Amino acid sequence: MNKGSKLAMGIAAISLLLVGCGKATSSTSSKSSSSEALSGKVTAVGSTALQPLAAKAGANFQAKNSKVNLTVQGGGSGTGLSQVQAGAVSIGNSDIFAEEKAGIKADKLTDHKVAVVGMAPVVNKDAGIKNLKMAQVKQIFTGKITNWKEVGGKDQKIVIINRAQGSGTRATFENAVLKGASAVKSQEQDSNGAVQKIVATTPGAISYLAFSYFTNKLQAVSIDNVTPTDNNVENNKWKIWSYEHMYTKGTPDKATTAFLKYMDSKAVQNSLVKDMGYISIHDMKVTKDAKGTVTQN
Amino acid sequence: MEQTNFQLKQQKTQSNDWSARLHHATRATREDWLGKGISYLCIGVIILVVASMLWFITSKGIATFTQNHVSLGKFLTGTDWAPDQGKIGALPMIVGSFAVTFAAAIVATPFAVGTAIFMTEISPNKGRKLLQPVIELLVGIPSVVYGFIGLAVVVPFMRSVVGGSGFGIISATFVLFVMVLPTITSMTVDSLRAVPRHFKEASLALGATRWQTVSRVILRSATPGILTAVIFGMARAFGEALAVQMVIGNAAIMPKNLISPASTLTSQLTTGIGDTIDGTLPNNALWSLALILLLMSLFFNALVRVIAKRGQLKHER
Repeated sequence: MNKGSKLAMGIAAISLLLVGCGKATSSTSSKSSSSEALSGKVTAVGSTALQPLAAKAGANFQAKNSKVNLTVQGGGSGTGLSQVQAGAVSIGNSDIFAEEKAGIKADKLTDHKVAVVGMAPVVNKDAGIKNLKMAQVKQIFTGKITNWKEVGGKDQKIVIINRAQGSGTRATFENAVLKGASAVKSQEQDSNGAVQKIVATTPGAISYLAFSYFTNKLQAVSIDNVTPTDNNVENNKWKIWSYEHMYTKGTPDKATTAFLKYMDSKAVQNSLVKDMGYISIHDMKVTKDAKGTVTQN
Repeated sequence: MEQTNFQLKQQKTQSNDWSARLHHATRATREDWLGKGISYLCIGVIILVVASMLWFITSKGIATFTQNHVSLGKFLTGTDWAPDQGKIGALPMIVGSFAVTFAAAIVATPFAVGTAIFMTEISPNKGRKLLQPVIELLVGIPSVVYGFIGLAVVVPFMRSVVGGSGFGIISATFVLFVMVLPTITSMTVDSLRAVPRHFKEASLALGATRWQTVSRVILRSATPGILTAVIFGMARAFGEALAVQMVIGNAAIMPKNLISPASTLTSQLTTGIGDTIDGTLPNNALWSLALILLLMSLFFNALVRVIAKRGQLKHER
């Protein structure tokens, strides 16, 4: 603890210094912005699910616009939403609609949907499960089914690995599967990576992951015989999916607008998005609103 | 400038010279002032940082009770932790934190004291050449590495030996045991070395065996130091976040046994802080957990001071 507090003090001291430096640099950059080339500072913070895509797209964007200083950070959807609401960052990345998060004034923010992510239950391979009914998934996560043999698997205890409360992935999963029922208290992990590793190694484990985190070490589960694939998400046959949002507040500056436009361009949507395991927003045949109502495009 | 002034004055009158010298600060005095000023400034900044951190955490931490009107009693004794639904009983985390801390200290202390005795009394030479570097190495390993080893080795091991999922207090205890061992050992070594040589010589001269001397004289007179070492180790265990979070399972439920997933104050903080919104109950509740951590570390520090004072009195007697 002693070390920790010393470290914290150090960080506080350094950040004081950085604040000073930051002021100096921002004043110089505002001078140079009078030239025609796109310049400025764009900070995108939030969702760790969106972070890899945003970081890669950001790097490509910066290669073309060398005067723009673009930073992408994680921190979680909650951080992204609250930071953009506070005006501390230009873009708040989120897995969930701002309307779904208590304490966020969604009408003050502008939503830019940049990709779609499908999620599916994953189980440890030993459990012998490949398909479940939606009702069974709900019963497992609410604690009504506790052994795999009840749903046609091995005689093995079910170990539920949840995501942290407030996580965007968890919110998406619970909206689509539990529909208001509350999940049984269980293990909570704070990242997709941790869930992936733990489900792969823990006998009887079940959790849920974004499609891009599937590996051959774990079993992705079909629900009602619908397989978790991009195509099934695009026509809403597969119900567990969410948008990746980039939220801005008020009128974003030129550099931010240009970056958001780039995110929506074919260059990103048709190659980068797909390469990195996301689903292109252009391919979606349905639209979902903040209340979860799905309409055909 | 100052020197030319001085020379001028010197030329003017010899009798005035001494009065001028006495009435004006010399170069050395001014350096003295400068040095003093710099150190006061540094101290001031440090005090400011510490005070503002205390104020910040406290003001954020009590918002749960002042803004969200959760009663302190319910917060400390409630067992239902679901901040999104407005339920914030922190007892499972408090119990979890204390359980892993005490368990780790209880397991680590005998090993630490044994190692320290070996290093100071039994084989000081080997101790300095072999064990000292090993212990220093253990201190330097970052906690995420301990956590990763815990996740890759300890958790599967516990799963095969004691059953369950392998995540739980027992795995956390094991990881923390390795993490606090070097802290406790090196501080115990210091306190054993600080035992006056004549204590040992007198005991041996009276015919006590080596074991009697170690157990009844050296350990006895080093007890305050060893206790301080244990408390420092506990403070480290209590505040450790990452490694514990990776192996304890983070289930906000009252720990019923050592092998089912539990959670600690720190593990809840690290898992939850990114997904909460400033100023809402889930966020404030996490600050309250941080406040408990802060108060506990102040308590540990105070305890160390009390023990150190008592120890001094003993030596004087």
